[in-house]
Amino acid sequence: MTEPKPVLEARGIVKIFGQHRALDTVDFTANAGEVHALLGENGAGKSTLIKILTGAYQPDGGELLLDGQPITLRDPLHGQTYGIGTVYQEVNLLPNRSVAENLFLGRQPTRFGMVDRKRIDAAAKDLLSRYGLDIDVRAELSEYSVAVQQIVAIARAVELSGKVLVLDEPTASLDRNEVQRLFDVVRGLKAKGLAIIFITHFLDQVFDLADRVTILRNGRKVASQPLNTLNTTDVVRMMLGKDVAFDHHPTALSGGPKGQVRVAFQNLSRKGLTPFDLSVHEGEVVGVAGLLGSGRTEVARLMFGVDGSDTGQITVDGQPVTIRNPAQAVAAGFGFCPEDRKLDGIFGDLSVRENIIIALQAKLGWFKALNREDQVELAGRYAEALDIRAADHDMPVKLLSGGNQQKVILARWLAIDPTFLILDEPTRGIDVGAHAEIVRTINRLREEGLALFVISSELDEVVAYSNRIVVMRDREMVAELDGDTIAPDAIVQAIAGTAKEARP
Amino acid sequence: MTRPTVDLRPTTQPPLPRQRPITSFLTKPQVIALVAVLLVNWALFPGFFTITWQDGRFFGSLIDVLNRGAPVAILAIGMTMVIATKGVDLSVGAVMAISGATAATLVTNGIPAPTAVLAALATGLLCGLWNGILVTVLEIQPIIATLVLMVAGRGLAQLITEGTIVTFSDPLLIFIGTGSFLGLPMPVVIALVLMVLATLIVRRTALGLLIEAVGVNRSAARFAGLKAGTLLLIVYTFAGFCAAISGLIVAGDIRGADANNAGLWLELDAILAVVIGGTSLMGGRFSIPMAVLGAMIIQAMNTGILISGFSPEFNLVVKSAVIIVILVLQSPLSARLFRRLPGAPK
Amino acid sequence: MSVIKTLALGAGLAGLLLSAAYAEGLQGKVIGFSQIGSESGWRAAETSVTKAEAEARGIDLKFADAQQKQENQIKAIRGFIAQGVDAILVAPVVATGWEEVLTEAKEANIPVVLLDRGIEGPEDLYLTSVASDQVKEGRVAGEFLATTVGDKPCNIVELQGTVGSSPAINRKQGFEEAIAGKANLTITRSQTGDFTRSKGKEVMEGFIKAEDGGKNICAVYAHNDDMAVGAIQAIKDAGLKPGSDILVVSIDAVPDIFAAMVAGEANATVELTPNMAGPAFDALQAYWDAGTAPEKFIITESKLYTPADDPQGEYDRRKGLGY
Repeated sequence: MTEPKPVLEARGIVKIFGQHRALDTVDFTANAGEVHALLGENGAGKSTLIKILTGAYQPDGGELLLDGQPITLRDPLHGQTYGIGTVYQEVNLLPNRSVAENLFLGRQPTRFGMVDRKRIDAAAKDLLSRYGLDIDVRAELSEYSVAVQQIVAIARAVELSGKVLVLDEPTASLDRNEVQRLFDVVRGLKAKGLAIIFITHFLDQVFDLADRVTILRNGRKVASQPLNTLNTTDVVRMMLGKDVAFDHHPTALSGGPKGQVRVAFQNLSRKGLTPFDLSVHEGEVVGVAGLLGSGRTEVARLMFGVDGSDTGQITVDGQPVTIRNPAQAVAAGFGFCPEDRKLDGIFGDLSVRENIIIALQAKLGWFKALNREDQVELAGRYAEALDIRAADHDMPVKLLSGGNQQKVILARWLAIDPTFLILDEPTRGIDVGAHAEIVRTINRLREEGLALFVISSELDEVVAYSNRIVVMRDREMVAELDGDTIAPDAIVQAIAGTAKEARP
Repeated sequence: MTRPTVDLRPTTQPPLPRQRPITSFLTKPQVIALVAVLLVNWALFPGFFTITWQDGRFFGSLIDVLNRGAPVAILAIGMTMVIATKGVDLSVGAVMAISGATAATLVTNGIPAPTAVLAALATGLLCGLWNGILVTVLEIQPIIATLVLMVAGRGLAQLITEGTIVTFSDPLLIFIGTGSFLGLPMPVVIALVLMVLATLIVRRTALGLLIEAVGVNRSAARFAGLKAGTLLLIVYTFAGFCAAISGLIVAGDIRGADANNAGLWLELDAILAVVIGGTSLMGGRFSIPMAVLGAMIIQAMNTGILISGFSPEFNLVVKSAVIIVILVLQSPLSARLFRRLPGAPK
Repeated sequence: MSVIKTLALGAGLAGLLLSAAYAEGLQGKVIGFSQIGSESGWRAAETSVTKAEAEARGIDLKFADAQQKQENQIKAIRGFIAQGVDAILVAPVVATGWEEVLTEAKEANIPVVLLDRGIEGPEDLYLTSVASDQVKEGRVAGEFLATTVGDKPCNIVELQGTVGSSPAINRKQGFEEAIAGKANLTITRSQTGDFTRSKGKEVMEGFIKAEDGGKNICAVYAHNDDMAVGAIQAIKDAGLKPGSDILVVSIDAVPDIFAAMVAGEANATVELTPNMAGPAFDALQAYWDAGTAPEKFIITESKLYTPADDPQGEYDRRKGLGY
């Protein structure tokens, strides 16, 4: 290995917001031909540092150097001219324009003053083929999966900048295959000598891809060293400042005695989804594994009445119920933590307290209003139980971190005293601490006798808390794993079968 | 059968320190603005705060402000809730015209006044329901859905009155517009009662919270089991009902239904009142009393301009200048200037 | 039902206004009429009087309501040209943008008469225009007040029409001209009441408060009757007598002001006649009969009505016209 060559350096960066030191004399170096992972819990200062490196924020102290020369970045656009490009978790391209247009927006090749579509399309196709992507570049960007969009965004950023590439949680909404594909692209760029800064919550991905890691905690740099000198436990310890223990053993869950059938779905179906039968017992977690687009979320939406079913019956404790909309599902004692927290989950401007009691209030009806004391008591109780960290339960929930928001939604459903809880990707995009908390909570709820249906892309996680695992492929439940058959390898094989490229 | 519950230790959360209501009310920008406008009026016309007792009722410029502001205040009560759901109702002015036209035409054709009043209120409810159906069932954007009735409604009112000003001398209708109760003009009494009732209903029941939830995030509201459609129907129907009451007042005031002019552009005043009252057009948090206060600020300005003796060419300029000042006072920018907020980055 | 009643009454009025001699001349002529819309009672009355006038003369009137839109009027005029009408009446909604379509009419040899409002552009595009003199209306009202008050000092408050509208500007100007020589007459307050009853009432309420409970007001001059009707109510609400404590003078002569006169609450109104079509038809007949082009601007009469002019009779006569 050759001597690392620094491309972008930050020295002694300080950033102050009001009274709060978001960054306190932080050093960071991105080397050419290296993937440098930036880790830290929410609030550690990752986003702030990235914003300073890309020009979105100006530091209150310290300096930036590019190829050894001090630079001052006015804004991200200015940063781009220095060769610093960024790709965010939420793809910020134009979904209703073609892939080619997105790639060349703002610098379209023209002929006689007109945009030369043919040339754009050809150039786009050529460019993407270098990223291993063979798609119709004339189609609208939104027609493609997030993974493809992500690669398009990377291609655009590299084309525009070409020195430093910042990847801000690019894998948060991708499934396993898609992540690998993205990583292949990143490895290719690394080989070309780009300095890559990689931010993620997934430690396995860090070990998979990164060469070097910098860990921030509470605005300070804890460590910055080559990854091959570290193991997972070291990294987690440095991030959290304490040891966290993931319960990775399927604690003979499936072996235990099952409770009574709590919820049963018979022959439930909707156009584009193969009819399925499923019962969930008291004190049982049914995990769902499958690629993005395999029909996992569709099943959850159908169960909760978000989408109407074409056929089938639902019984709760043996009694038939009608669920044609979420209100009826809530009346039947169902709860649903949706995949897209921000869009379908939280009420950003409402308080933490109101976010927790809203489902119970909706269930009680308009006239049985929970008075303030009830609300404060309920919110306090569930916030404590789930360890929701909020300075004040009257503050808008949008000010909380993703993990705490997820716990608020979980609290919302626990407050209705549910019979059946559906969790769609409950740990996606949240920090390590909250992640562990949610996994523990799922286990605890199961022990207390709740029936749960949990969708997750994290196989280790699903294995950790599920009694049974349903595997989905091509909008069909293709396998059910029980007892000793539950193991990540077995699931992967079930998913793989004839697994095709998933496109949501 | 026992449902599983989370093993939870009850906690003793200290009761949240609440601001003293009087102090926090008096320091609201809206209250300061109203007081400022009233003081300016007083400076322009020293007799502004003089209230006398005459013919069994209070009489004075301040009473005029309340009385003339009442129709917009009543519209604003309904509009607040519509805006809280992230909607808007452009049709209320036209619904006022329809309501007045209905009542006037019925009484002049010999229908008893109470029936005519009920019929007018019913047309308001129907108009509101129509808007609600367009918004919820057909999922048309509120601004477009209510624009339909804003345009067609006035035509409808003209059809009812056959294009004329239908004058009447029915005592009940006239009482609604010009009568008095406990010395206060009827419109003021109606607006106050409606404000108190509406506030009690939305805050004593869960309606207020659920409306705010729908306004903040309609999709999340659906996922949380709220019946968003029903709520929207109720809210638009109520806005129509409020407009019908305003229409009756305005018609009773001039003893006639003027389909061409009744309520003309008042929907915009009502929206402005709601915004001055601090309810965001993006939906969510709302306050009915504050919207009523907003209506009073607008009317205090109108009355001030009237008695100031300025040439009418200045009316709109003065009005818009004052509104800009009020909106700037309420903006996050000035909030930052007044109290230093700790920057809260993630 | 009431449309028929309106027409019948309109026909009756037309009969009074017409001399029998004209009755034959325009028999069977086809005339198009592009009306602005029905935004006010006066406009509705103009429409019904025009229809009645046409019927009395045996004219086949093609009526088109433009709903306040110029493009609808242009469309209607093109339609009339295509149908080959004998003449076209237009009440133009705006003053500009008529040259093209009126040139088309001219080329088709169809005479055009403008009603009620003028346009900008070459005068040879139309045969004549029939309109009232708004300045004169204001002057008639001012002269009435000057005569009635005599030498006594009199503070007048003015309820203006919509700010910037031509009737508001002209009626204000005419009134000021009429009282210019009288030192005892002064306009102490002037505000817009937007031509509506409710604003008229609200503004008058403010004036009364600002002028010592109305004691300093001798007369109110309103740019239209509707505002006057609103002002009358405000005066009564303040415990004063309209018509005696405060004189009420206004313009338009709509039915309700006559009802107020009957009750002794209004002192005078100046008529803005809705019969613009009558003089227009007369001019057309003279043009066709004698081949002489009429005057370019035909001014309608601005007649003063006071309680001495049988207000009850005037009220009954106008009630059915659609005001």
